[in-house]
Amino acid sequence: MSSAPPDPLSTAAPNPPAAAPVDAVQHWQSFPPATLNGIPPAQILWSERMPGGGHWSWRLRRGTSLRFVALNAGVNASVVLYAAHNPLERYNMPDSLKAQHTAHYTRGHVLMSDMGRALASVTQDSLGWHDPLGALLDNERMAAQYGTHRFEAHRNGMHRSGKDGLLIEIGKHGLSRRDLIAPVNLFSKVSVDEDGRFHFAAGHSRAGDIVELRCDMDLILAVSTAPHPLDPAQVYAPGKVGIVAWRSGPAPADDVCRTSRGENARAHHNTDQFYL
Amino acid sequence: MTATAIRIQDSALDPAQAVLNQRHPAGEPILFKVDQGQTLRIVDLEGNQAADVIFYSRADLAEHYSATGTMLHQGGIYLTTGSVLMSNEGRPMLTIVADTCGRHDTLGGACAAESNTVRYALQKKFMHSCRDNYLIALQHADIGLGKADLVPNINFFMNVPVTAEGDLKFDDGVSGPGKYVELRAEMDVWVLISNCPQLNNPCNAYNPTPIQLLVWDAV
Repeated sequence: MSSAPPDPLSTAAPNPPAAAPVDAVQHWQSFPPATLNGIPPAQILWSERMPGGGHWSWRLRRGTSLRFVALNAGVNASVVLYAAHNPLERYNMPDSLKAQHTAHYTRGHVLMSDMGRALASVTQDSLGWHDPLGALLDNERMAAQYGTHRFEAHRNGMHRSGKDGLLIEIGKHGLSRRDLIAPVNLFSKVSVDEDGRFHFAAGHSRAGDIVELRCDMDLILAVSTAPHPLDPAQVYAPGKVGIVAWRSGPAPADDVCRTSRGENARAHHNTDQFYL
Repeated sequence: MTATAIRIQDSALDPAQAVLNQRHPAGEPILFKVDQGQTLRIVDLEGNQAADVIFYSRADLAEHYSATGTMLHQGGIYLTTGSVLMSNEGRPMLTIVADTCGRHDTLGGACAAESNTVRYALQKKFMHSCRDNYLIALQHADIGLGKADLVPNINFFMNVPVTAEGDLKFDDGVSGPGKYVELRAEMDVWVLISNCPQLNNPCNAYNPTPIQLLVWDAV
């Protein structure tokens, strides 16, 4: 019989009683209190605690914000975004970078679609730098760096790549391999030197760091918490990421992401016009 | 021929003559072709594993295994020797020509992260599942199949009785180490398998194990 190690996900917290009004775990109550600053508890919709290497996806309404919380140091969250009304409209890395003359994301930046609209905005950030250069861990690179850890020997402790995680999640929404776009890697920092070389900032995020994305459109948003492909760690040990979804409302007129530059104001204008 | 009787039938095929003979690890998916006239054998190497399988017509990807059509065609729910696996177009896709296990399920479906939250606990959602396996196999292959094509499947070696009172039960399997089922393809098919990674119910004795896949050419 199997001599597999204990399964890290096979012992779950007990379910709430069936009679509970909402059968959902309030993960956010266990997050560091400072990570919840600015979120009125009454506006919290749901929360999640994603294990490292995990993947999930959501259909989100315009005016919902996702507060991502690093529950461990050095986490990564690869995020892809599609417009829910027609996923043919999706996050566009080059359009977003060139409109804002940026190679990093922080508070005030806007994630734009290929249709010139604000899909989501970075409304809070404790880190100052999130990687928008689109790197994504695939199975080949993962095996070369960390060795092979498959289900048969490791059960749910198996290694999961960001690419496969996002492919599974977008597949749930009818999207195929050709629809997988360049992700944003929250909590990771990749700088570029004079010669154009990448430099991954090890230890960039600490437990308790946060970044918040406000949905400016109705979105399909998928996340993988697999490691950043440039993370030089020798051991596959991606950290946990908490998520708090709350009802923030859409961008007000004086919103920092709307007013940060003309391009962002126009992207928000295009989104506002779509929702007239 | 009644649909409920266990019909044990050994095969005379020689593994040394197989054109494909490979071990398939626990918890992983595979998508491969079997041609009309070829015979596919799936071996439950260690016993009580569930091999979750869907077949698609290679000539028309909209034609797929139909659990309901197969059950209706044979007048009952259990699959064993002599069962003809029917498509949604009413055509035979494969025929079970040998079976040393005697009973296979086609009602129990394939586990999913989402259904795990419903059946077991909300916090089981990040555990690996058959439908994640199916999706990643189809995504990598990119042959035009997707989630809409994940129809009710066959669970080879899994025992899901329906009682006279109308209950559905998930019983410990009737399979055992080395038991196998053999199918002759009546058309060119894609075979999509998730070797089930479920750790929450007895469909695979809480212990996912490998299977062996063999294919023989038509005689």
